[in-house]
Amino acid sequence: MIAKNDSPTGSNGEKPLLELRNLRKYFPVKGGVFLRAKAQLKAVDDVSLHIQPGETLGLVGESGCGKSTLGKCVCRLHDATEGQVLFRGQDITRLRGKSLKPFRRDIQMIFQDPAESLNSRHSVGNILEEPLLIHGVKSPAERRQRVAKLLDTVGLSKDSADRFPFEFSGGQRQRIGIARAISLNPELVVCDEPVSALDVSVQSQILNLMMDLQKEFRLSYLFIAHDLAVVKHISDRIAIMYLGKIVELGPAEEIFRNPLHAYTKALISAIPLPEPHTKRERIILKGDVPSPIDPPPGCAFARRSWIHCSEEEMNQPGEFREVQPGHWVEIHPATVENYQQYLA
Amino acid sequence: MPQPLLEVRDLVTAFDTDAGQVTAVDGVSFTVEKGKTLGLVGESGCGKSVTALSIIRLLPQPMGNILGGKVLLEGKDLTQISEEEMHKVRGGRIGMIFQEPLTALNPVHRIGKQLSEVFLLHKDISRKEAWDRSIDILRKVGIPSAEVRAAEYPHQLSGGMRQRVVIAMALACKPSLVIADEPTTALDVTIQAQILELMKELQAEMGMSIIMITHDLGVIAETCDDVVVMYAGRVAEKGTVEDIFKRPAHLYTKGLLDSIPRMENERKSRLKTIEGYVPGLLELPVGARFAPRSPHPEAGEYIQSEAFKSERPGLVEIEPGHWVEDHPVVRVDKMPVQS
Repeated sequence: MIAKNDSPTGSNGEKPLLELRNLRKYFPVKGGVFLRAKAQLKAVDDVSLHIQPGETLGLVGESGCGKSTLGKCVCRLHDATEGQVLFRGQDITRLRGKSLKPFRRDIQMIFQDPAESLNSRHSVGNILEEPLLIHGVKSPAERRQRVAKLLDTVGLSKDSADRFPFEFSGGQRQRIGIARAISLNPELVVCDEPVSALDVSVQSQILNLMMDLQKEFRLSYLFIAHDLAVVKHISDRIAIMYLGKIVELGPAEEIFRNPLHAYTKALISAIPLPEPHTKRERIILKGDVPSPIDPPPGCAFARRSWIHCSEEEMNQPGEFREVQPGHWVEIHPATVENYQQYLA
Repeated sequence: MPQPLLEVRDLVTAFDTDAGQVTAVDGVSFTVEKGKTLGLVGESGCGKSVTALSIIRLLPQPMGNILGGKVLLEGKDLTQISEEEMHKVRGGRIGMIFQEPLTALNPVHRIGKQLSEVFLLHKDISRKEAWDRSIDILRKVGIPSAEVRAAEYPHQLSGGMRQRVVIAMALACKPSLVIADEPTTALDVTIQAQILELMKELQAEMGMSIIMITHDLGVIAETCDDVVVMYAGRVAEKGTVEDIFKRPAHLYTKGLLDSIPRMENERKSRLKTIEGYVPGLLELPVGARFAPRSPHPEAGEYIQSEAFKSERPGLVEIEPGHWVEDHPVVRVDKMPVQS
């Protein structure tokens, strides 16, 4: 029996804020004269995980692995093909209209490129007032007051409200994006590469701000990124994603101290370190990520792994198992060295 | 000392815009030694890419112009030669690798044809020979089944493979200098590791010099021998990679190094930051440009002073080959010791 479900309750017994159960998101690939679906792109393929209140879960993977699609399924910007999204224990996967609205308020999103995610024709004040208006803050005076407070919270001056997004630098614009995301006191914020478009010196300002806000408002973050050093710094737990599947999941320190999956090891060893002349062994992976359209049978990573296994074994799927409390990994002859010891 | 391969001396490059003239590169000097890699590092708008475009004279026309200085390739000033001669230098003596391989390749021509063009332009050989050489070089940059790939179009390759093709193109005529502008920024980390490894191998084999332009200090530390740190169009600091990473002398360099999250950092600890933002190119002062963001206690006084508006600090050599902008409010060694 394959243990696919992550433990539903956290270590302290508190109910999870968000829970994904066997979530799948497939996109049809259309072709031919009548544009019929001729294949499935498996962007998210059977993902189960949970996020506790006040926790940051880092989601790491390379482009095309499905991490952004996963984030959008959580925000209900995509409808899941199969599986469930539970928020505070309630299944929100199929909610629509009025019944979905309160969750729209509680789950917010911060995007990678603040230049593209802010409407350039609206003043910053308007951008920040809109969610308040939609969610029933009727008095204009109160809205203005809340906008002023928000701007102050994210470190922008009050007069920013009358200016337009293009008048701000990248870092300031990301502050506006953050102000918009927290304007309705959400509980969960899905952050999709929030600092990767920013310069180094500004990146640390934004990360500090996000950590401060988390403490102040007890926010939970789903922090999607490809930069492992950043993810390690901000996350409590980390999930590594490869071709639509979570291949390793565990506490941030544990993932770095004791990575088990071959892909996680390769990712960690590939980070260029800002220290010249440090000798370390680097794992160079063969080839590219295979296409999520008709992915290879069996273990998706086996063909790129440096751990050898037979052709027959390659076509066997891996098994996602808890090898230590809270540390889950895809066990397969090609993904974990001495894999047998974990199958006992 | 042997003659350096490339010497950039007091380069000034400006753009004419609707809002007035913008000096993107303001008196930049550095040298690139034979067979070595020089890193140009800085944040967006610091002038690192414009410096590269000035060297190969590919500034957007008619707005971008070199207003002063010299670019000496083995003693020959590239700013003075004719456009025709420059055409031969590009792709011949100097190869170029750009950030986004998809825009650097022509989508409607086969990869082998695009590579052949480089040979046909610079060498007196037949089409057949050029095609064969293209396949050789594709093999050299690690493209599997090169014969098949040569007959394909850019969109049929993955991002990592495309960047290999761009590298093949840059190296086709065995250049003595390769300018790589953010060559791995658009790539995933595992692919980035492959490409950086490939560039190192090729350099060891072919002996070319590389100018590596990037904002990623990790990439700089892993690939470069010497480093130039740029800030707002000027050189803040330059030296060997050891100098820059182990003994940063400019407060900007130190601020950058301190602000990257490190693997050994305590989780969720506060990161050090550089206050404020990079200045806009239209509002640049004459004096030390980092001063408004400097943590130095006298920085505030300095930016109010007349000197900030009119006196440009030079560079000073604080140890052999290690240069830093010569103003107390931006120098690490002039920071008062905290008690």
